[in-house]
Amino acid sequence: MASMYSAKVMDHFANPRNVGELPDANGVGEVGNPKCGDIMRMYLKIENGVIEDIKFLTFGCGAAIATSSMATVLIKGKTIEEALKLTNKAVVEALDGLPPVKVHCSVLAEQAVKAALSDYYRRLGVDPEPIVGKLEEDCDHCDNGSCGI
Amino acid sequence: MQATVNGSASLPERVIYLDNAATTPCIPEALAVMVEALSGPCGNPSSHYSIGYEAKAVLDAARAQVAAALNAQPGEIFFTGGGSEADNWAIKGAAFTRSRQGKRHLITSAFEHHAVLHSMRSLERMGFEVTYLPVSPEGFVRVEDVAAAIRPDTALISIMMANNEIGTIQPIREIAALAREHGIWMHTDAVQAVGSIPVDVKELGVDMLSLSGHKFGGPKGVGALYCRKGIWPQNLIDGGGQESRRRGGTENVAGIAGMGKALELAVKDLEHRMTHEQQLRDYVIDRVLKSIPDARLNGARAPRLPGNVNLSFPGLEGETILLDLDMHGICASTGSACNSDSLDPSHVLLSIGVPEEIGHGSMRFSFGPQNTMEEAEYLCSVLEEIIPRRRAMSCMWLQSENKARSFSLKGEN
Repeated sequence: MASMYSAKVMDHFANPRNVGELPDANGVGEVGNPKCGDIMRMYLKIENGVIEDIKFLTFGCGAAIATSSMATVLIKGKTIEEALKLTNKAVVEALDGLPPVKVHCSVLAEQAVKAALSDYYRRLGVDPEPIVGKLEEDCDHCDNGSCGI
Repeated sequence: MQATVNGSASLPERVIYLDNAATTPCIPEALAVMVEALSGPCGNPSSHYSIGYEAKAVLDAARAQVAAALNAQPGEIFFTGGGSEADNWAIKGAAFTRSRQGKRHLITSAFEHHAVLHSMRSLERMGFEVTYLPVSPEGFVRVEDVAAAIRPDTALISIMMANNEIGTIQPIREIAALAREHGIWMHTDAVQAVGSIPVDVKELGVDMLSLSGHKFGGPKGVGALYCRKGIWPQNLIDGGGQESRRRGGTENVAGIAGMGKALELAVKDLEHRMTHEQQLRDYVIDRVLKSIPDARLNGARAPRLPGNVNLSFPGLEGETILLDLDMHGICASTGSACNSDSLDPSHVLLSIGVPEEIGHGSMRFSFGPQNTMEEAEYLCSVLEEIIPRRRAMSCMWLQSENKARSFSLKGEN
C-alpha cells in the first residue's frame, strides 16, 4: 500500500505499543493542544530509577500515534538518565523517517516523556527544571500550541 | 500488500472509492471519445484544411453538449484548463473589466473554494476591496447578508453553488436576482454541482458559471466557463484567436471531447443518479449518527448534494480515521488539512462554527453513481469498528468522557 509514511510508522500506527492508561503511574505528563490537533499523555511507572512501565494516550494524526508508540518502546526498561537523553531525532530515525510536516509530532513525543519525568520529580518534591530542562511552553506554529516547534 | 488491522479485516481486493467530490473515475464512454480524438486526424482546430475542420467539429460538438447540459447557447461556453482557471478568469476578469467603470468592490463568502478565495486575495493586493460574507451554522450564505454588503461600486458577486466539503446548496437564484437588480455581475463556482444536481443557467439567472470536467466522469485538466451573452470578463490568457478570441491557446481537443461526452451522459441520467446517491448518503448519515456516540453531521441535511456526507468524530483527528479507512480499502477525505502542508482545520468547517478541535476530526465521504449500498454498509461497519478503537487511545476522548461522568455524578448528588 502506497503511503506518505514509512512501513515502520504504519506498523506503529496500526498496532501501537504500550497504549492505554497506567493507574499506578508515578509520573504523568501531557503536552500539546486540541486546537493544533495533537495531544500526548505519557504515564510512567518508575522504580529504583528505572522506567518499569510506560503507557500513552494520544489525540492526533498517524504520526502522532506512531511517534508516541515508538518513544515508549525506546525508553521502556531504561534508566531515567537514558530516558532523558531521548531526542525527537532518535524517534524519527527509529521510525525510518517522517515527512517534514510531521516532524513536530516527534518533538511532541520527546516533550511528553520529559513532561512525565518532570511530574515524577515534582511528586518527589524535587524541582525538575535543573534535571529535565525547561519544557517548551509556546509554539510558533500557531497561536495556541505548545508542541515544541 | 496485505495489511492486517488489529487482527480483523484484511485489505479488500478492490478499492472502495468514496471521494467523488475530489475527482471521479473517467467513464469508459468519455475515454473512448478521447482515444478517438487523440488517435484520429490530429489537426489544429484553428487550421483551414480538412483535418483542422475535423478537430474543430469535435470542439463544436462538445460545446453543444456542455451548452445543452446547462441550458446555455454554445457561443456562451468557453473551454478552460479546469475549474480553477474558470474561477480565476471569471473573478479577475470581471474585476478588471468593471474597474474601468469605477467598480472595484467584490462580494464572496468565507467558505468558497481556494480558487475563488485566493483570486479574491490576489485582487485585494491589487487594491480591490472584497467582502467575505459569513456562513450560517447550517452552511448557507444568507441572501440578506448579500443585500447588506452591496455597494454602489460593487462589480461582482461570486458565491459557490454547492460547497465542496459539506455539500450545502446555496440560494444562487435569489442572490443572482439581487445582483441583477443592482447591475452587479453574478458568478457561481458550480464545480461541485454540475453533473450532480440540475444546473440551468437561465433559471439561476447567473452571468458566469464555472465547471470542471473531472467531477462528473470526464478527464482532469479541462473545464469551462459559461459567460452569458454580453458579459465580457477581461481575458486571463491572451494569445491566439481561440475560444472567440477570449481564451488563447490551442484547445485540449481530446479532453474537451471527453468532458462533453461525460456531461451529456451525466445529465441524461441525472434523476436516477441523484436518487441512488441520496439513498447511500442518507443510509450512512442515519446509521452513523445512531451507532457512533457524539458523531455529528456538518452542514444541513437539505438542500445538500445527493452524494455528500461530512461527519465529525469528536476525540479523534481526521488523519487517523483516514489511514484506518485506507487500510480497509476505503478512500475518503479528511475535513482537516492535516495530510497537506497545513495543520489548520478546514476553513469551511471553521466558517460554520465547528470548534477547531472537532474540525480536526472530520471526514468527507462523497458518493458517485458507481458506488453501491453494499459499500455504504461496509463503510459504516468499518467506522463502527475503528472509531471506538481509536477513541480508546485518545486522551481527549477519555478526558471528555471522564468529565461527562463526573458531571453526571455531581448531578446525582
